[in-house]
Amino acid sequence: MEYVSPEGLRLDGRRPMEMRQIRGEIGAVAKADGSAVFEMGNTKVIAAVYGPREVQNRSQQMNDQALVRCEYSMANFSTGDRMRKPKGDRRSTEISLVIRQTMEACILTHLLPRSQIDIFVQVLQADGGTRSACINAATLALADAGIPMRDLVTSCSAGYLNSTALLDLNYVEDSAGGPDVTVGFLPKLDKVTLLQMDAKLPLDIFENVMQLATEGCKAVANYIREILLENTKQLESRRGL
Amino acid sequence: MRGLQIPLNQTQKVRLQRALEKLESLSSKANSNASVTVADSIPVNYEDGILKGHGTSEFNGEITATICGIVERVNKLVYVRTLRARYKPEVGDIIVGRVIEVAPKRWRLDINSSQDAVLMLSSMNLPDGIQRRRTAVDELNMRSIFEENDVVCAEIRGLQHDGLQLQARSQKYGKLERGQLLTISPYLVKKRKQHFHHLDQYGIDLIIGRNGFIWVGEHIEARDDMVEEQVHKSEQHTTKFDITSASLEEQERTYTSLETRQNICRIANAVRVLSTLGFIISVEKILDTVSLSSSLNLGIHEMLGSEFYVLVAEKEAVQRSLTKEKR
Repeated sequence: MEYVSPEGLRLDGRRPMEMRQIRGEIGAVAKADGSAVFEMGNTKVIAAVYGPREVQNRSQQMNDQALVRCEYSMANFSTGDRMRKPKGDRRSTEISLVIRQTMEACILTHLLPRSQIDIFVQVLQADGGTRSACINAATLALADAGIPMRDLVTSCSAGYLNSTALLDLNYVEDSAGGPDVTVGFLPKLDKVTLLQMDAKLPLDIFENVMQLATEGCKAVANYIREILLENTKQLESRRGL
Repeated sequence: MRGLQIPLNQTQKVRLQRALEKLESLSSKANSNASVTVADSIPVNYEDGILKGHGTSEFNGEITATICGIVERVNKLVYVRTLRARYKPEVGDIIVGRVIEVAPKRWRLDINSSQDAVLMLSSMNLPDGIQRRRTAVDELNMRSIFEENDVVCAEIRGLQHDGLQLQARSQKYGKLERGQLLTISPYLVKKRKQHFHHLDQYGIDLIIGRNGFIWVGEHIEARDDMVEEQVHKSEQHTTKFDITSASLEEQERTYTSLETRQNICRIANAVRVLSTLGFIISVEKILDTVSLSSSLNLGIHEMLGSEFYVLVAEKEAVQRSLTKEKR
């Protein structure tokens, strides 16, 4: 199948190095300490953060750092075909683990000893790149909850189809079976905290693809920073003296 | 818009937006670039001996923020003050909490912090007001003082090795009854000299806990047990005889008049409106809002309608611009 037309346009009309439209909104769950909705094109994800709060299971309490937990789930209505097992399947468990590890790497857990941070992410609409969208939503929610972080971790995926590197794959491109590189990136520290790929790629091409995904992460980071700054200014101006 | 999910018609929307924009323009002149987000660098003009406070870290020789908030500078100290975060305990703060567990010799309280607080049996006054060692009998009777889910007012005593200790060594602390507990974001509460307020005209006690828990309840006369003790002893003989009259008295004591209950609801709604709009919570603000609502002859439930939100926002904008002109 042709994923990039001879004119250099993708199936949804984007250029190979073009991202889908991103949109983020803080404060989607009133009861949570921090929450956000993040959209990447038709992928829509909601994240809620509770904590730092008292550790629920005493045996897991750590005296020198916070416990970070994460739960990823997909809403039953998020995809066209009905899922058999909505919760507890292997895919969700794996993504939960990936998000937890990525977020744990950027949270300054040593500042919050004997406490626990719960991150809940749910996919409302799935159209490829849910992993990335979840990480971006979780970052926004964590920043909203006032949890100290080393840096804003952002994520973006990139792929390689029809001998072209493509940024931010959608569902059709994702299910083509080509390589799909998901990168989690700390823009300020210039470090990678997540790198996943589920196919083989020659080394030189891989570097290009990863570079592309990293650029995508930086673009997302700029956008997230804007939203956070606007939110902070708004809260402060409302609060007054 | 954060937290504000009320149906507004077109004119209300425009008015609210205008009021909020006015507020924004008023404050933006005061501190233009003090807001930072995670990983923003904080300019320090290459001064030596800068002290890094909360919410900051060092990266490549420059100071960066680790949280979203407002940069504050006190002499050489630079720190970031968070908005929207959990309550960070400070010694001496007056807080309101909810009992979640009765443990041996201690109660554990939820105070909206990163850890539960501990109120030791030994760090609170006994109901009879006598200073003595706590015995095993006292320990067994702990549930007669506070039970699970009771709302309690206390003071932060300090951070011991394994947790947050509270104390309640005065008559003004203790169990709160007959009222409403409201939970707001702690950044909306500013530290003041007074956190207990007796609103005489409404017959209401208002406790603005530093942890964002606000108590609105019926006014209860603070009894000084030490003085009353002697009176009480002489009375004891008489009261023991007629139990029936005592229980009647008890009933009367627990009855809250309709007017008081309405006042509680009105004040509680004022706090709800202010916190949803994200305005700082102080007694003056609350009373202003209450008097605004009663001067407009609004019913208590109408205070949570969209029109009142807009009115409060507009009033706040006018008030802030006035105080600004005075300065």
